[in-house]
Amino acid sequence: MQQLLNGIFLGSIYALFAIGFTLVFGVLDRLNLAHSAVFSTSAFVGIELVTRAGLSIWVTLPIIFVFGGVLGLVIERVAFRPLKGRHDAHFAGLISSIALGAMFLALLQAGFGPDTRRFPPDAFPQQRIEFAGSTVSLLQLVIVAVAFALMVGLTLMVSRSRLGRGMRAVAENPHAARVLGIDVDRITALTFALSSALGGVAGVLFALNVNSAQISMGTSIELKGLAVIIVGGLGSLPGAMLGGLIVGLAEVFAVTYVGSSWRDVIAFGLLFSILLLRPQGIFGARKVREI
Amino acid sequence: MRRLTGSIAGAAVLALALSACGSGDSATTGGGGGASALKGTGTGDTCKITTPVPIGAVFSLTGAAASYGESQKKGLELAAEELKAKGGVTYDVKIEDDATDPQQGIAVFERFVTKDKKSLIIGPTLSNTAKQTDPVAQEGKTPVLAVSNTAAGITEIGDYIFRDSLTEGAVIPQTVAAAKTKFGLSKVVVMYSNDDAFTESGYQAFKAALDKSGVTITKTITFAKSDTDFRAQLTEAKGAAPEALVVSALIEAAVPLVTQARELGITVPIIGGNGFNSPKLMTGAGKSADGVVVGAAWNSASSGPENEAFLTAYRAKYSADPDQFAAQAYTGLKLVDAAVRAGCSGEREDIKKNLAGLKDVPTALGKFTMTATRDADTPAVVQVVEGGKFAVLK
Repeated sequence: MQQLLNGIFLGSIYALFAIGFTLVFGVLDRLNLAHSAVFSTSAFVGIELVTRAGLSIWVTLPIIFVFGGVLGLVIERVAFRPLKGRHDAHFAGLISSIALGAMFLALLQAGFGPDTRRFPPDAFPQQRIEFAGSTVSLLQLVIVAVAFALMVGLTLMVSRSRLGRGMRAVAENPHAARVLGIDVDRITALTFALSSALGGVAGVLFALNVNSAQISMGTSIELKGLAVIIVGGLGSLPGAMLGGLIVGLAEVFAVTYVGSSWRDVIAFGLLFSILLLRPQGIFGARKVREI
Repeated sequence: MRRLTGSIAGAAVLALALSACGSGDSATTGGGGGASALKGTGTGDTCKITTPVPIGAVFSLTGAAASYGESQKKGLELAAEELKAKGGVTYDVKIEDDATDPQQGIAVFERFVTKDKKSLIIGPTLSNTAKQTDPVAQEGKTPVLAVSNTAAGITEIGDYIFRDSLTEGAVIPQTVAAAKTKFGLSKVVVMYSNDDAFTESGYQAFKAALDKSGVTITKTITFAKSDTDFRAQLTEAKGAAPEALVVSALIEAAVPLVTQARELGITVPIIGGNGFNSPKLMTGAGKSADGVVVGAAWNSASSGPENEAFLTAYRAKYSADPDQFAAQAYTGLKLVDAAVRAGCSGEREDIKKNLAGLKDVPTALGKFTMTATRDADTPAVVQVVEGGKFAVLK
């Protein structure tokens, strides 16, 4: 029972990371590998806000949301927009986002030093709920709720709102979208901002959850995030949520039933078996182009 | 086609030029160049060498092990400052970063051995890296003094490799014995990260010590050194109802592991390897760290005038408390100084000979003797965290 809960909480963190990731990847068809740097940077800045400025975590989270958004705008402006006219824009953007992410991390190290940092112990209410012999912390419940709410909210936004329609139009064909009077640059920038804002919040919640923030924390979750997106189906937000839970549960149950040394083999083996059985992912739609 | 031939020819010329450079370098190394300037007059405290003795240090100042490297750098710089004030023999200490990457470590070692011609190399931070870099120095006949490597198989690389850090193999049996007496242990769960040479050899040492003292290991659980969420593994461990949790991990993993263990209601003592031996455990894990047992080569509570002098000087310079890594790096340079003064020579061969002969040298780590296998022989101290502080386990 405790292991099931462990898996759900771990999975929600992966989902939280993957939702922001897949928004840019799935909707705009750009792979933003600076996302993990946003994740780390926001966690560090969040820690700084709580320890130095003495802000409460509830004030810090909205600030980090905005901060992440600003980083997203920077990433779009610096790493992606200058390349958009090139025929290899997708690939070049991928490389330049890795480079920009590395720069963020280097700045982070210069600013904060190499030490592992953490939130002060009382930053988040240390409430624990005993439930059928298992322990659950308030924070973990909040993380699951936030991940789920974001998934629902964003799915609605992408399918219903004007911005969402704009995003899908840009994803389908930027030139046609421009002809139809959509401000492609603005939509792209907004998508990046939203994606990174989510990545930032995910970083803070992650650091709170494991009581540790390292500069490399984003890198280790990035691969999992990519796996989650592929398992769930490219660009599908419910898929990212479900994929996160599946990868999280797979890891936990690998530890319980197979052996802790086999964890990554099982988790990534799952990735490949899903790719074999359902190449488009669980929620992914096969792309059918009509002419 | 013509262009291809041209570039092949170009590459060949380049390769020739490079190999010519290489042989030129080794020729000057063999001949000893201006190395005789490193021989001085007098012995011990009266020794005078006019040229500063070139020392290279390789620490992990960035990357996963950066928090250790930072401490080592501070300890080493403090020692260099003190030796400079003492006079007679001065040291030109150059500290380089290996970025916790063995490849970069090898590159720096190669430069120190062939190009910079350092008399001795201090470092690298991790045993993992040392296993790959030290053969470079051994081949180039340059002595290495490891100041933090505690894994097995480091000094076995060759007769130029020394260390002042007490091995896990020496500390852990003392830790296990002390914990067994104190808590009356009969069954434990062992956890370790199996993708790092240091924590792996810590695990081997724990296993041997536990087996020898008749404590049953009911379960062995592994994780990766970059992991931060241990709840799945800890729930497994809790299910086995151990009387203590024995963990071999680096400090980056130790802090979240200890916090999450307490969170899941694991209240038994946690016996840690060398990686737990840092004040960062208490600053990071807070109250959760209480009940953690760690054996160490050094403790700020250890007595001795050398250790007290070190503590005072370190606090004055950095306004922070040193950890074991700072103490060992500090001691490292002091030992090099002792070896240089013993023969009053800063040459590689003489340093090598005199390091091997160090006996009962009073240091911040206690009385230091270099064993026949070029390992450290100093007293270990078993500590337990109580009220957020390391206290000696009694």
